[in-house]
Amino acid sequence: MHFLLRYLKPYRWVILVSMLIKLCATLAELLAPYVLEYLIDTVAPTGEVGRVFFWGSAMILLAACQWGLNVYANRRSVRVASECAYRIRRDLFRASLNLSGEQMDRFGLPSIISRMTSDTYNLQGFIQSSQTMGIRAPFMLFGGILVTLSMDRALALILCVMAPVMIVLVVFISWKGIPLYDRVQRGMDDIVRVMRENITGIRVVKALSREKHEKERYADVNNEAAKRDIRASIIMALPGPLVTLMLNVGLTLIVLLGAHRVNDGLTKPGVILAFLTYFNMILMGVMGLNRIFMMLSKANASAKRISAVIDERDDLARIGEDEAAHTDQTGFLVFDHVSFSYQADETEKSGAGFAGASRQKALTDIHFSVPKGASLGIIGATGSGKSTIVNLLMRFYDPQDGHVFVDGRDVRTYDKDELHRRFGVVLQTDTIFSDTVRGNIAFGRDVTEDDIQNAAKDAMAKDFIEALDDGYDHKAAIQGSNFSGGQRQRLMIARALAANPEILILDDASSALDYRTDANLRRAIDENHGGTTLVVIAQRVSSIMGCSEILVLDEGRVIGQGTHESLLKTCPVYRDIYTVQMGEA
Amino acid sequence: MARRDTIMHKPKDARGAFKRMLSYLGKYRLLLGLIFVLCVASNVLSLLGPSFAGSAINAAAAGEGKVDFAQVGYFALRMLLCYVLSSCLTVSINMTMTKVSKRVARGMRQDVFDKLMRLPVGFFDRNQAGDIISRVSYDIDVISTCLSTDIIAILTSTVTVIGAVGMMLYISLPLALTALITVPAAVVYTTKMRKATQPRYKKRSVNYGKMNGFVEEMLTGQKTILTYAYENGVEERFEGVNRDAADGYFRADSLGITIGPTIGMINQMGLALIAFAGSLLYMGGGITIGQISSFILYSRKFSGPINEIANIINELYSALSAAERVFSLLDETEELADDENAKTLENVQGDVEMRDVSFGYDSGKTILHDLSLHASPGKMVAIVGPTGAGKTTIINLLMRFYDVQAGAVLADGSDIRSLTRKSLRGAYSMVLQDTWVFRGTIFDNIAYGKDNASMDEVVRAAKAAHIHPFVMRLPAGYDTEISEDGGNISKGQKQLLTIARAMLYDTSMLILDEATSNVDTSTEREIQRAMRDLMHGKTCFVIAHRLSTIQNADLILVLDHGDVVEQGTHRELLERKGFYYRLYRAQFE
Repeated sequence: MHFLLRYLKPYRWVILVSMLIKLCATLAELLAPYVLEYLIDTVAPTGEVGRVFFWGSAMILLAACQWGLNVYANRRSVRVASECAYRIRRDLFRASLNLSGEQMDRFGLPSIISRMTSDTYNLQGFIQSSQTMGIRAPFMLFGGILVTLSMDRALALILCVMAPVMIVLVVFISWKGIPLYDRVQRGMDDIVRVMRENITGIRVVKALSREKHEKERYADVNNEAAKRDIRASIIMALPGPLVTLMLNVGLTLIVLLGAHRVNDGLTKPGVILAFLTYFNMILMGVMGLNRIFMMLSKANASAKRISAVIDERDDLARIGEDEAAHTDQTGFLVFDHVSFSYQADETEKSGAGFAGASRQKALTDIHFSVPKGASLGIIGATGSGKSTIVNLLMRFYDPQDGHVFVDGRDVRTYDKDELHRRFGVVLQTDTIFSDTVRGNIAFGRDVTEDDIQNAAKDAMAKDFIEALDDGYDHKAAIQGSNFSGGQRQRLMIARALAANPEILILDDASSALDYRTDANLRRAIDENHGGTTLVVIAQRVSSIMGCSEILVLDEGRVIGQGTHESLLKTCPVYRDIYTVQMGEA
Repeated sequence: MARRDTIMHKPKDARGAFKRMLSYLGKYRLLLGLIFVLCVASNVLSLLGPSFAGSAINAAAAGEGKVDFAQVGYFALRMLLCYVLSSCLTVSINMTMTKVSKRVARGMRQDVFDKLMRLPVGFFDRNQAGDIISRVSYDIDVISTCLSTDIIAILTSTVTVIGAVGMMLYISLPLALTALITVPAAVVYTTKMRKATQPRYKKRSVNYGKMNGFVEEMLTGQKTILTYAYENGVEERFEGVNRDAADGYFRADSLGITIGPTIGMINQMGLALIAFAGSLLYMGGGITIGQISSFILYSRKFSGPINEIANIINELYSALSAAERVFSLLDETEELADDENAKTLENVQGDVEMRDVSFGYDSGKTILHDLSLHASPGKMVAIVGPTGAGKTTIINLLMRFYDVQAGAVLADGSDIRSLTRKSLRGAYSMVLQDTWVFRGTIFDNIAYGKDNASMDEVVRAAKAAHIHPFVMRLPAGYDTEISEDGGNISKGQKQLLTIARAMLYDTSMLILDEATSNVDTSTEREIQRAMRDLMHGKTCFVIAHRLSTIQNADLILVLDHGDVVEQGTHRELLERKGFYYRLYRAQFE
């Protein structure tokens, strides 16, 4: 609720005015029957055609007023709803984009996506209808009670006693509904997840002819979601009839009590009859309120899900110079006795993500320094922690022990963007976006056409780009699916090179390249990006053997450190890798 | 780009969508019939209630000291009974309708998914995942909300309207005709509005789909965006799609939301007309004041539900637009059905041939030209060549993810188009460069291709793929949950899992497309040893860049620009000192 109010606050005056307009419209609506009655009961019997015309026109005018006011107020409410939804989506998108790796793992991408669409849609619907219905319902409820109070206090007292009971009931059930709707939305997350899994893995599914199995798997989550939805909807549909019943019981009581009062000469039968009419008004008011509260509980569940992401604290906040760590090591890139493990605490509780493996230590006591313009090669078995080093260097995570320095400064003292701008990176998880080739290489940075073309040339991408009909304007499909694996990698390398970065990180960036292309790439980087500090992670010895320093990792520990030649002598694992790859020639 | 249009090709009329919606509801026609009967009953009860109340009041009307309490009590009891029954009916109507509408939504969601399973692979290469998902989440949500609330409202209203019109006709024909003058006006207006709002609601759905697609794509590449400090740029671009979504909603709903008040106004004017005509009639002596009063009472009963329908009609229209988007997906061209006389590929020998195959993803841009190759049973065929030469395309054709444009692919001597896809694809095991895991335990992920795989088999496969020690280090071992986008499991480890999956799925043909590109070399070597056992006696297609892994292939095809430029064994090709030789030497540069 707090969350919603935060977004509604800028529009409080707009909403207030809309509500006033709506109030006028409601008044006009309630006035119309009186004019009608007056026309028929008083004017018509006089037989004056002129007056009939006059009051008839008054009615039409009233109807027109009501129409104008309602249309105007409704349009305003749609505007407010669309603007609020716009802002919520903007903030949610920004927050999602800036989630740390750990936070992202915890929420899971499918859940973020369904928060973005389904949940914001719920909020938008609520904001809109609460404005169009929010004034009429209470007005009718309380107005109705007031009028009956003025007619016969004793009888109206019954309504006065019932109204709070009903409101409490409605509020209580709607509050109970929040967790129910939360479950519904989580069911939606599962639907989105299985859909995504099948869309991305369609080749595997088809190759293994698992369509039937997948249909069943999907049917499971689909049925579960429908079940939850039915459960929530049925429970939330209860207060309506319940409240109606209570009011009707109240009405019966009024008739009985009224009969006694008539007998005692305290009231007239006509009053009880009038109660019947106003009673309908009160009922409509209560039903309207009920609808609003039921929507509120759905909106509240969604608001909670959205605010969970938006209000996620920045767990990689920038620290002040005074808190910064210092190191004795000189060098451009420095790891000072760094140990790290992927945190598991919250992940395990929520049951999402990759709970188990996280507890294992990913890096233990990593200590190295790379001078400016030098190059570092990292090699090691699958899962030995190579990519984790990049994760720490770019500060996607903070280490538990030790510190990371770039250009003599603790990475935590950098503004995130300032730090990242010094790098050109190709990650294993990198993607090509549905943009032109040029857009993918420039990637929002201020680089010249020359930079782009040189980068493409150095990345060995020039030939295939220029072979395309529209060259650099060629549009890549989502995930770059219209390019081959090797072409994608070369585009990513071009992207990394385009801004002539101070530091270039290639994490398994050439695994899909043939050896010749890979060799040419290395030569081009040497020749044209000599001043760049280079970090290369690779499976191929040939990719790293030219580096000025090489780290050999095994299960998160450094088991060999030095140049290619020295490692061949001192590190059996390295020698082994080398002979496997080269020896069979 | 032309290839990447949105899914919608043919504009469909709303009436078609409406009919198909009805066919979904048709499945529940018995329940819906029951709901209708209950609606009538509950309406009658809720009309009876006030009349009993009236009788009770009449019984009390005698005045001070003369109230007949027996009568009052009698009618009050009946009145109470009516209300209790009516509430019970409402509850059961709500419950039934909720079930029906959510089941319709569930059915549609399932149909969309089942449809996806029948679509060719090319469809997924062309369409944004986010947009497809938006049809299942957002569009069907809109439909389901509309069904669950609006159908009851419409049914109830219809019952009331029919009753009220009957009463009006009974009281005074001329007045009733006056009242009904407004009906054609309302009908014409709503029809016009439907036409006016329909494209806007459609645009609203399309914009939502686009936004969803954008979000999906950008968040998938979140890390890349962060590394290039491009958040602001992406946020700016999101601003655009977000703005479109907000505007689409505003444009559609700000128009749709005027329908309710307008119908309300038409109704009010109708009332004014009645009062007016009534007064004139009265003056002419054709009607009594009492008759006018009760007539107006009924015409209010008539206009109330009409107002209610008018207020939800825009929801109905938006649901129809959403339905159109869902149906257009359901109308996509499916993977060509298996030939009627399609044979099942049995006792697979593993003899594969490509005969003069030409193929391109875009018509007019051929990737493979007259390509021919032959793999004898049990042989290992390696495909090498620079990136972009068409290697993965060959795999797409062998598995019949795409159909050739000229020539033919043969398996055991039969054109693969004359075989059932299931048996053809089932004859291959495949490990792809793009690893794929789904949310589930490690056990489930490995056992994926094989029904009822035992723990023993899974462990054996995991050992062969050298992922077993890693799995054992996890606290929950094979029961550890993993997910596609969950971090902390490296690409290499995912690849090992998929290799284990293929090892378990025992077939007579094997496809390895850069199967070990993300695995370190010593692990790779051990996997290869295991694979060699696995591949023994199997026809095997291998794409690899590390030429050391394919040296003992029986046939190496060197591909360049979609043509086979050289073929032979490793030794022969090296002796030729041609293209392959240069590729090979590059490893040591």
